[in-house]
Amino acid sequence: MPKSLHFLLNRLVKAAVVLGVVVVLNFLLIHAAPGDPAVVMAGEAGAADQMFVEQLRSQFGLDRPLYEQLGSYVGHIVQGDLGFSYRQQRPVAGLLLDRLPATVALTLSAFVLALICGVTLGVVAAVNVGRWTDSLVTVLALLSYATPIYWVGLMLVLVFSVNLGWLPAFGFETVGAGYKGWAWFADILRHMVLPVVTLGLFYMAVYARMTRASVLEVASMDFVKTARAKGQTEWNIVTGHVLRNAILPVLTVAGVQAGQLIGGSILVETVFAWPGLGRLTFDAVLQRDYQLLLGVFFVTSVLVIVFNILTDLLYALIDPRVELVR
Amino acid sequence: MNKDFCRAFARNKGAMVGLIIVGLIVLVALFADILFPASPWDMAGAPFTHPGDRGMLFGSDMLGRDIASGIAHGARVSLLVGLTSTIAAVTAGVTLGALAGFHGGWIDDAIMRFAELFQTIPNFVLVVVTVAIFTPSLTSIILAIAIVSWAPLARLVRGEFLSLSSREFVQAAITCGQSNTTIIFRHILPNCLSPIIVSASLMVATAILLESSLSFLGLGDPNAMSWGFMVGSARTVLRQAWWMSFFPGLAILLTVLGLNLIGEGLNDAFNPRLRRQRKA
Repeated sequence: MPKSLHFLLNRLVKAAVVLGVVVVLNFLLIHAAPGDPAVVMAGEAGAADQMFVEQLRSQFGLDRPLYEQLGSYVGHIVQGDLGFSYRQQRPVAGLLLDRLPATVALTLSAFVLALICGVTLGVVAAVNVGRWTDSLVTVLALLSYATPIYWVGLMLVLVFSVNLGWLPAFGFETVGAGYKGWAWFADILRHMVLPVVTLGLFYMAVYARMTRASVLEVASMDFVKTARAKGQTEWNIVTGHVLRNAILPVLTVAGVQAGQLIGGSILVETVFAWPGLGRLTFDAVLQRDYQLLLGVFFVTSVLVIVFNILTDLLYALIDPRVELVR
Repeated sequence: MNKDFCRAFARNKGAMVGLIIVGLIVLVALFADILFPASPWDMAGAPFTHPGDRGMLFGSDMLGRDIASGIAHGARVSLLVGLTSTIAAVTAGVTLGALAGFHGGWIDDAIMRFAELFQTIPNFVLVVVTVAIFTPSLTSIILAIAIVSWAPLARLVRGEFLSLSSREFVQAAITCGQSNTTIIFRHILPNCLSPIIVSASLMVATAILLESSLSFLGLGDPNAMSWGFMVGSARTVLRQAWWMSFFPGLAILLTVLGLNLIGEGLNDAFNPRLRRQRKA
């Protein structure tokens, strides 16, 4: 079997295990919730009379033993049925799929921005270690590391939308503007600037600090001295030799933090009324729509796993020593 | 704690700044009732008072509540949640990590897979779902934060236990026939305290951020005034009253920054070799 295929299979098996546990966790959370789930569901549907509760109980098999219930729950999920949101009067899966593209666009853009800017800042700091640029990067990183992400969003709105009027404060596009083609695309891009920067800023700080430390460590190694002795330019040494090695731990951390990135998008989407999963989560919290919340947990877990596989592949691409087997 | 350690910590400017910030916030939290005797939920003046006007340092909100009073009382919630959830997470993390590192074998495998899982799933989403389902209260918030925070610490402790278990002094203790409890608590644990303390101090900061994010989404304890709730309720009136979200957010920023600085100072003081490297 080719090594890459083996690697992919290995990852997929791992992913399936994680998903399995998430499904069980979801199931347990429903059952651990205070109150009878049938009564809760009836309440959500707005009709809590005894007949309806009994009907729900047999419809969802709540009168059967727990392991049977788990079995049928898993069966439903395998078929793509994540439950029904009584509040929104729609299947949960459909609601989530509608919102997925906006969240993926936001998190991916923020991730790419954070990685590029963070690594650049980290390298700049490491090359100028001990000078004012280094201190500046360190202080900026410390500050953005400590700032609540939603507050950054609000402050950016205050400055760039309310005071300067440069960028739109919320939404995905200008409602009712009727833009077509490029103008439509540009309009969305303008709406994306503040949310993407808000979400990316925190991770930029994380990556900058990691890159700085990692570059400093790699730069003291023998192969770097050899490269320098051979008379390579400083630019070549940093980009060709040091960075290629130093970026690996940064990528590992980036993969591990994918879950946090998606969690952060809930807050950012709430601030900017961004029509993604996060906004949906906020509404579900307000309405106590448990089915929808558990669906969000499931879908975000899937997203994290996809993200992890992607960073693993990226890792293998950068470091040829990593044979795609583990 | 020896003299060298204290001296190294005291010489670290960042750590001292952090200590002063956190010290001030602790004082404000302790004396909130004396500084602002009235309930932070009560009307204290006209709505939308600008900061500095009518004796209100940070202004008032749309219901005329004093922002400064809210911040002082909110400090209690932040510190309480930060501390207790960290204690819970540290207890769980150290216990599981020690168990995994000391016993090895399938126990180790099982615990580490479990920890890995908790590091993969989206933490914040799990916290939100858990708190929403179990109705928001200080207890459910603290537990939910602890549930998503223990895993990195367990991995760290396990690593320390693995490396310390093979050292001579531990081997000697085993040969002498000392009980597992004695070996764990008297020989190994004291030697991995420093990384635990550093992680714990950073964990308090993360827990405070998590709690504030929950409150921002409306999942805070409805009976306790908290910084995240203040920012969240100010969101809709951002254009009219910037100060309503600015000051509580600044309070969170300063607290978390202070705790992070202390954590780094502790790390540097515990690892003198690292400190020299960083300066080089």
